[in-house]
Amino acid sequence: MNKFTVLDGLAAPLDRANVDTDAIIPKQFLKSIKRSGFGPYLFDEWRYMDHGEPGMDCTNRPRNPNFVLNQDRYQGASILLTRDNFGCGSSREHAPWAIEDYGFRALIGTSFADIFFNNCFKNGVLPIVLPKEEVDALFAMTEATPGFKLHIDLDAQTVSRPDGKVIHFEVDQFRKYCLLNGLDDIGLTLRHADKIRAFEDKRRTEQPWLFAS
Amino acid sequence: MPQTLYDKLWSSHVVHEESDGTALIYIDRHLIHEVTSPQAFEGLRISGRKAWRSNSIVAVPDHNTPTKNWDQGITDPISRQQVETLDSNIRQTGALAYFPFKDRKQGIVHVIGPENGVTLPGMTVVCGDSHTSTHGAFAALAHGIGTSEVEHVLATQTLLQKKSKTMLIQIDGQPGKGVTPKDVVLYVIGQIGTAGGTGYAIEFGGSVIRNMSIEGRMTVCNMAIEAGARAGIIAADDNTINYLKGRPYAPSGDDWDKAVAYWRTLHSDEGAQFDKVIKIDAAKIIPQVTWGTSPEMVLSIDGIVPDPAKIEDPVKRTGVERALEYMGLNPNTPINTVKIDKVFIGSCTNSRIEDLRAAAAVVKGRHVSASLKLAMVVPGSGLVKEQAEREGLHEVFKAAGFEWREPGCSMCLAMNDDRLSPGERCASTSNRNFEGRQGPGGRTHLVSPQMAAAAAIAGRFADVREIL
Ligand code: SF4
Repeated sequence: MNKFTVLDGLAAPLDRANVDTDAIIPKQFLKSIKRSGFGPYLFDEWRYMDHGEPGMDCTNRPRNPNFVLNQDRYQGASILLTRDNFGCGSSREHAPWAIEDYGFRALIGTSFADIFFNNCFKNGVLPIVLPKEEVDALFAMTEATPGFKLHIDLDAQTVSRPDGKVIHFEVDQFRKYCLLNGLDDIGLTLRHADKIRAFEDKRRTEQPWLFAS
Repeated sequence: MPQTLYDKLWSSHVVHEESDGTALIYIDRHLIHEVTSPQAFEGLRISGRKAWRSNSIVAVPDHNTPTKNWDQGITDPISRQQVETLDSNIRQTGALAYFPFKDRKQGIVHVIGPENGVTLPGMTVVCGDSHTSTHGAFAALAHGIGTSEVEHVLATQTLLQKKSKTMLIQIDGQPGKGVTPKDVVLYVIGQIGTAGGTGYAIEFGGSVIRNMSIEGRMTVCNMAIEAGARAGIIAADDNTINYLKGRPYAPSGDDWDKAVAYWRTLHSDEGAQFDKVIKIDAAKIIPQVTWGTSPEMVLSIDGIVPDPAKIEDPVKRTGVERALEYMGLNPNTPINTVKIDKVFIGSCTNSRIEDLRAAAAVVKGRHVSASLKLAMVVPGSGLVKEQAEREGLHEVFKAAGFEWREPGCSMCLAMNDDRLSPGERCASTSNRNFEGRQGPGGRTHLVSPQMAAAAAIAGRFADVREIL
């Protein structure tokens, strides 16, 4: 997994509430058995005027000029501003895979759906929850200022605006540690293999029906 | 101290806890389907790891499988590759049970688990699928996980989790005529919103839940995720125990008695504290229909589509405007005048035998409207299909003009050939009405099986209470 320490990035505003994972990456792309290559299909139905299919070359597909990420000023954005309940719906990890592959490393919004939130951390993407007033202000500034950038420092847990304001955010310490160091959960968990085995043995004795084979 | 059901399930599975409360939770049952697992098995292979306990695994392909012309196999090459990848992954890894494509017991993962008794009270159940919440109907801690977590469970038999807050949704009162578990849960989501349960494990309780069949409880827990909660749970009781008795993977003999004694402790204790309690009066609920692109955008069948001009909050207002536009609806339209093109009865929410019986009771002796392009019934599993055919339900549906299909997810998410064309409007018993969910540009209205049947007959949304 990619480490996340600090990020200086262009922000792009996606001003919709309840953006679901079907919108983030439509189901036809779930047929892939790979983990990569989903970026060109991020928000496919909003981004293009035609119907996307897996494996399609997107360079010459007709783009929807009204979709915010198609505007020139947001090209190269690495921070996505979102509204309430972003990432609701299915558990597909293809959603953060597409977000990461597109080039976003951080999301800032008022709330995220649980499973999606979790999936982001497993893929080096940092979802940041801020109070509504802060998010509203960031939306307004981003829209008003072409080239609007933010500085995110995970260790310090801060988002810094170009006007000097520094906003603090919360993050679970364990997730922070893994993200800062790019650590793979499985490796960390297997340090507890003996404990898992002991737990399992006890369980097998007490509730043998759970281990039927 | 009195404990909630969630507390009991949580504390009986903690293997290890970090100082910030992140815990390693032991996983008893790992359900697997073809869409969210290939990258996890590949990850395991790349890192040279083995599955920790393969007899915790129960697997089935369901999302990509076709629902007709099974003799032709899976014609879409990418779908076929995904299903074959599952075949080979399970062959290499092993499993407690695998129900491959065309197997007599194949079906939707959340239908086949319970019907085979692989979901048991007191278990932790995970699957790379958000509707894993369904299994909470058995007093199991069940929730959806992402693909990285699928790999984590394969490799370690555990999951890294933080404890959720607890919410009790207590539903009392006498539900009126024509009100099914689907109407109850849609109504609840309409009340608390699609993010209302975020961060919580929801326990459903009250007399309505106690009197509900196990299949109905599955419908309710299935949609807990649509209220933002990863898990929905319901206490174990006689209903639960009677349902499980004799199922192929349920315990038997001495183990059965021991298990039952334990299962009887799986309820919230008298006086247990929840972080939030919501009370719902079921007498207020009448059959529900969603009008928009989120399950919280729901109306009673006698309701009218909202008017954005009357909404003050700007984010909400644009949300409603966008939904109306996508759905091709005008503000203030009575929902029972809205005409439909297709009807889909199926999905892990409503494709079990009781659902099919309820829908068949409405269509019996009637015919679907001539204006419909398609009405289809997709049983949740091969066993549901067999049972329905024993009862002659397939003849009822076919005589009424429905297509009777092979089991699978089908038009719930339209990964196979069953899908809406742009602009088509569908009465669907599934769980998500998101933009494009049933096909790009398709318009989905969520309803109960009875209401879907009534809509099929009328060619528009209709009040099933007038037919019953
Ligand atoms: S029926 Fe629909 S919701 Fe259920 S598992 Fe299949 S695709 Fe998911």
